[in-house]
Amino acid sequence: MISAFILKSLDRNISVCIAVLAAVAFIVPALNLLVSTESIFHIPTYAVSLFGKYLTYALLALALDLVWGFCGILSLGHAAFFALGGYAMGMYLVRQIGSRGVYGNPLLPDFMVFLNWKEMPWYWYGFDHFWFAALMILAIPGLLAFVFGWLAFRSRVTGVYLSIITQAMTYALLLAFFRNEMGFGGNNGLTDFKDLLGFNIQSQGMRASLFAASAIALAIALLISSAIVRSKFGKVLVGLRDAESRTRFLGYRPENYKLVTFTISAMMAGIAGALYVPQVGIINPGEFAPANSIEVVIWTAVGGRGTLIGPIIGATLVNFGKSIFTAQFPEIWLFALGALFVATTLFLPKGIVGSFRQMSRSRTTRKRADTPEHLQVDKVGDKGANLPAESLAAE
Amino acid sequence: MHLFRTMHRVMLFLCVILLAPISQSLAQQDNRIDINSLGQGNFSQVSDKIAKLSRTGDIKLVPVFEALAAGDLYVRKTDKVVFIAKANSNVLTLTDTITGTSAGEGAKADFERIKVNNNLRRAVRTAIGALTLLSPDREVRLRAAYSVFSSPSEDALELLETAIASEEDGPIKSIMKQARAAAILKSDRSLDDKRAAVKTIVERGDRDALSILSAAQGNADGELRKDIDRALEHLHSVQALWDAGQNIWYGLSLGSVLLLAAVGLAITFGVMGIINMAHGEMVMLGAYTTFVVQEVIRSSYPELFDWSLIIALPLAFCITGLIGLSIERGIIRFLYGRPLETLLATWGVSLILQQGVRSIFGPSNREVGNPTWMSGGFEFGGMMLTYNRMWIVIFAAAVFLTLLFVLKRTRFGLQMRAVTQNRKMASSMGIKTPWVDALTFALGSGIAGIAGVALSQIDNVSPNLGQSYIIDSFMVVVFGGVGNLWGTLVGALSLGVVNKLLEPYIGAVLGKILILVLIILFIQRRPRGLFALKGRAVEA
Repeated sequence: MISAFILKSLDRNISVCIAVLAAVAFIVPALNLLVSTESIFHIPTYAVSLFGKYLTYALLALALDLVWGFCGILSLGHAAFFALGGYAMGMYLVRQIGSRGVYGNPLLPDFMVFLNWKEMPWYWYGFDHFWFAALMILAIPGLLAFVFGWLAFRSRVTGVYLSIITQAMTYALLLAFFRNEMGFGGNNGLTDFKDLLGFNIQSQGMRASLFAASAIALAIALLISSAIVRSKFGKVLVGLRDAESRTRFLGYRPENYKLVTFTISAMMAGIAGALYVPQVGIINPGEFAPANSIEVVIWTAVGGRGTLIGPIIGATLVNFGKSIFTAQFPEIWLFALGALFVATTLFLPKGIVGSFRQMSRSRTTRKRADTPEHLQVDKVGDKGANLPAESLAAE
Repeated sequence: MHLFRTMHRVMLFLCVILLAPISQSLAQQDNRIDINSLGQGNFSQVSDKIAKLSRTGDIKLVPVFEALAAGDLYVRKTDKVVFIAKANSNVLTLTDTITGTSAGEGAKADFERIKVNNNLRRAVRTAIGALTLLSPDREVRLRAAYSVFSSPSEDALELLETAIASEEDGPIKSIMKQARAAAILKSDRSLDDKRAAVKTIVERGDRDALSILSAAQGNADGELRKDIDRALEHLHSVQALWDAGQNIWYGLSLGSVLLLAAVGLAITFGVMGIINMAHGEMVMLGAYTTFVVQEVIRSSYPELFDWSLIIALPLAFCITGLIGLSIERGIIRFLYGRPLETLLATWGVSLILQQGVRSIFGPSNREVGNPTWMSGGFEFGGMMLTYNRMWIVIFAAAVFLTLLFVLKRTRFGLQMRAVTQNRKMASSMGIKTPWVDALTFALGSGIAGIAGVALSQIDNVSPNLGQSYIIDSFMVVVFGGVGNLWGTLVGALSLGVVNKLLEPYIGAVLGKILILVLIILFIQRRPRGLFALKGRAVEA
């Protein structure tokens, strides 16, 4: 029944995208590991790691798109869930260092020895085991999102107010994680990782596996998102996004719908963070910075919010651009990013994918029937006083 | 021999009658022996010698003591004569200890520096204080009285009593009396004297009094002990009150900074329903305007430096106002009805402005000076008030009142309020709402600019200046509620005061985290802030 449900949720674009991701998950590691370094088909390890990082960003952008593009909640705190997932993974990786740290203490991580701590804080227990860390990667962001969302949605905090308090949340976490007393390595964060599941984290094989894991995680997230969006549940979400009051008057409970979506999205962000940390080798409080969360928003906006493929494309494109710019013209990068924000909101409100679809749709009316229904949101009726101000002015 | 002695007497007589200065030279001869003896003995012996010297009340000893404390006093190894000397590589420039005239130079190897430890330094300080108690200069006497007070010693008692007897200046006399009381507590005078001294010190009622009495507490017993205990209890409660007052003052000053940063944001948010993420950058540009104005003044019209802030204010208002106007006309007006996207676009603008300033002025902090009327401070009871903080509180109040006047008493303000309350109705009544929007945005940005002028006085002027205020400003606006200036005022001041009241107990960072969490929880209770606009328009 579940498979039928999932199959029903696939349209052609999503299936193609998932197939591509699955193929990439196998081909890229194969080209990296099996093809000799002289061959033009060889992919160097640093490129594998770099694109693996982009894939985790894409997963984060997809998570944000689920709440923003389909539910109308502009979260400016998604980097917090990402970082929390990252910290959970980081804690596991730190425990794997064992006695190979700088101080060689078999019981305590380096930074605790440095701070003269005598024993491990209670919340570090259990992170010796991968299964526990994996559970926490889902549970901690999910729990935070659940509590935060339960409070916020129940009292109908919407629009700009919600955006600002999500930003306050990530800012508060940023300040908290900077404190040494918190027991998460303070300013320096967690780093100097050695092993993941018993394999050297620096090894070529591990890099390729992490890339594959990221690609597969993204494919699965895409599948789940697509299932959510195309179900009846997803239709209600779009209804909430475009006319919350009306949906409520029709008898739906907006807070429940939003809460479920927000929590799922936070868990996806947590997984993205957990895959990100072993690939970059460090997690520090800087990941909580409010600016990071806003940057995720622009990836989603560039790709096209309200489309599932858009954020993946947007995250990859913008970060690829960032890598090139910051290496070649570091002065210009912020100008370019700023201009991207302005230009996207002014000229490309639906993003690359959204605009592309609109173009192909207007060219041939026949194709209109193929467009996913969730994009054909109702625009009938006046834009009366009851329409939420943040309603999409698309189409 | 006899003849010689007679001659000497006659000479002495003549000296006393005719050549008074030479008579001094005899006294100086005594001093010189004592000074030269400073070069020998251990620390406590030297300390005793200092006390003995200071009892002579000879003000000329002050430079010698100062040199001793600074480690500039040397002994010539050959004849044990002491000199004040400045070391310059291997050569010492010598100064005579009594006459203060140059005594040539000497090789460093021939001399030995007189070592000092902290106890000795304290003794020297007391001695200097005691010596200068009789100085004709009022300022010097005042400083001396303070220094004797802050390191009381029994040795200074006699001098203090002489000084008190001859002192005519009221404030100095009372400090001297307090110093005497402090010294009495350390001496072995009678119980009644000491109890009187406790009373004198309690009258001060400040931290110094507290520390003197705490020090005396250990040695006291019986009646005196009870007196001191009671006095300390009293002082502690007084001190707690002043501390609370000081914290509230800090809170008010932080609150006015927040008010300045947030009030422009509140206006644009209230009228247009959008959050201007580039608001912090307007503050930053205002600060940089001050920097540029000061640079021009420094290089061309140095005599105008005290006026630099007053010149910078209108300039900053115009520059940031114009930038705000062009942002509104160029970007925001195309995004009406899409507040979340305006947030993104203005964030983009803020990145561009930041990087622009970084490219022009460099990434490091720039130096913005305080005009003379803003530097320094004064003591008010047990509180320390600095002028720059005080001016910022006054300035914030002035800006707030001006805005209130503009909103409530001018035609533009009336139109603005109409648009805030009901845009469509206002439009139907013939108000050009796009024009009101543009001017409101310009006004909000302009206010951010003049806030930047004020903040340049207390914060680092760097391209990141705005970023550090933007989240706090949001909190103020969200907490205070939209569309009501009073909400912003209450929001800013209460956040500032609560922040500073929490700080002593849980630290600055935890305090801030706690406040953020409290605001997040508060928003659950009142999703539209403290002073929410009521009516249907809010839902739109």
